[in-house]
Amino acid sequence: MRDGVIYLDNAATSWPKPPETFKAMEEFMLSVGANPGRSGHRLSIEAGRVILEAREALAALFGVDDPLRIVFTRNATEALNLVLYGLLRPGDHVITSSMEHNSVMRPLRDLQEKGVELTVVEASPRGELDPQDVEGAIKENTRLIVLTHASNVTGTLMPLTEIGQIARRKGVPLCVDSAQTAGAYPIDVEAMGIDLLAFTGHKSLFGPQGTGGLFIRKGLEEAIRPLLRGGTGSRSELEEQPDFLPDKYESGTPNTVGIAGLGAGVRFLLSEGMERIRAKEEALTQTLLEGLSDTPGVTLYGTCDPRRQIAVVSFNIDGLSPSEVAMALDEEFGVLTRPGLHCAPSAHRTIGTFPQGTVRLSAGYFTTEEEIGMALRAVQELAARARKGGSTHG
Amino acid sequence: MPEGREGIYSVVLFHSVSGALRAEKLIKEAGIEYKLIPVPRHLSSDCGLCLRFRTEDEGRIREILRGKVEVQDICPL
Repeated sequence: MRDGVIYLDNAATSWPKPPETFKAMEEFMLSVGANPGRSGHRLSIEAGRVILEAREALAALFGVDDPLRIVFTRNATEALNLVLYGLLRPGDHVITSSMEHNSVMRPLRDLQEKGVELTVVEASPRGELDPQDVEGAIKENTRLIVLTHASNVTGTLMPLTEIGQIARRKGVPLCVDSAQTAGAYPIDVEAMGIDLLAFTGHKSLFGPQGTGGLFIRKGLEEAIRPLLRGGTGSRSELEEQPDFLPDKYESGTPNTVGIAGLGAGVRFLLSEGMERIRAKEEALTQTLLEGLSDTPGVTLYGTCDPRRQIAVVSFNIDGLSPSEVAMALDEEFGVLTRPGLHCAPSAHRTIGTFPQGTVRLSAGYFTTEEEIGMALRAVQELAARARKGGSTHG
Repeated sequence: MPEGREGIYSVVLFHSVSGALRAEKLIKEAGIEYKLIPVPRHLSSDCGLCLRFRTEDEGRIREILRGKVEVQDICPL
């Protein structure tokens, strides 16, 4: 318990962050502060180094050879918009799953109105996607497969390695939304056959909000138009946008202080070790799933197998709405969760919880077994009350 | 060796500052003497920073950067 709360909303943003994150941000504001890549004086160069080191840490984490193939954006949503609007043109076909967040679904529905052909491959009611169904959807004009790595509603991991092999065999680029997995589950762009990896900085990568980015496989930048054009500090004599990475997609002064924090967050998790982080979150998920599945009146969603999901668990209590449960957990027990549809209406339709949604518990690397135990007891008490009186109040 | 003597120094020109800084890191790791300087007026470059080095290290520098950092040009000062 920290500051009187049990924070189980890490899927929305991680909290707390390691002290390394805000120390790096403070250090940048106090001692560097300059605009990177613009002026050429020592502080400007130093600001450029801060950004480069963040790219290098991310490249090490994702198995990327060339750190300059990682471009920074405000968040995963912007990275996904960059890929979808930059790559797809009327007449192109794109494949996605029914478990996607609106960061993918809304751009795709808009592009569909503009003449892009869309196939949404149905996942099972437990959120599982069959790679054969994805393969079966590939057509002559398929230009892109875009998938979440793990559902932000059920935590279910998608069979990326299998789909990556299919995509490579068929010559279709694979774009992955790693908002829920980057920093929580091992990612290797080579082994998984990922061509475009959108990530957010403020979840399991332990950076601040307002940071994110995109890995772009060599050659794909030729087909992806930038979302923004403007000053890059390079080729200043030209009034046309540079065509090389990262400058093509990084116009305007970046969020250097945020990127300083993100770089420190990623270095923190590299030093902790991805396997150790995953093992801890898997253990917490197991405790949570076991405790909830033993509670009468609680319905769990997803595979309920900690090895096949990340530390995101959705449930409902019979007779109570998700928002009533979340409010009671917050007000009476200090347990912070997220109720509702989690910006993923399609995923909730898939698992049969639309439109009421679920209550989502999402643990993080800093969550303790003790906190999970307290949260479980709180849910158990609410479920017991609901069985007796149909209300959250005792 | 005194600075400015003709033929002693060369520079690597890059497309972007990110490229220049990436190259700096690799060259520093290899223990080669270098300095990041603004691009001299008589040269033209995509980015305002370039990496100056002793011309005798050119072979090693080309080897280090090959396939790792895109270089716009390498020329004597």
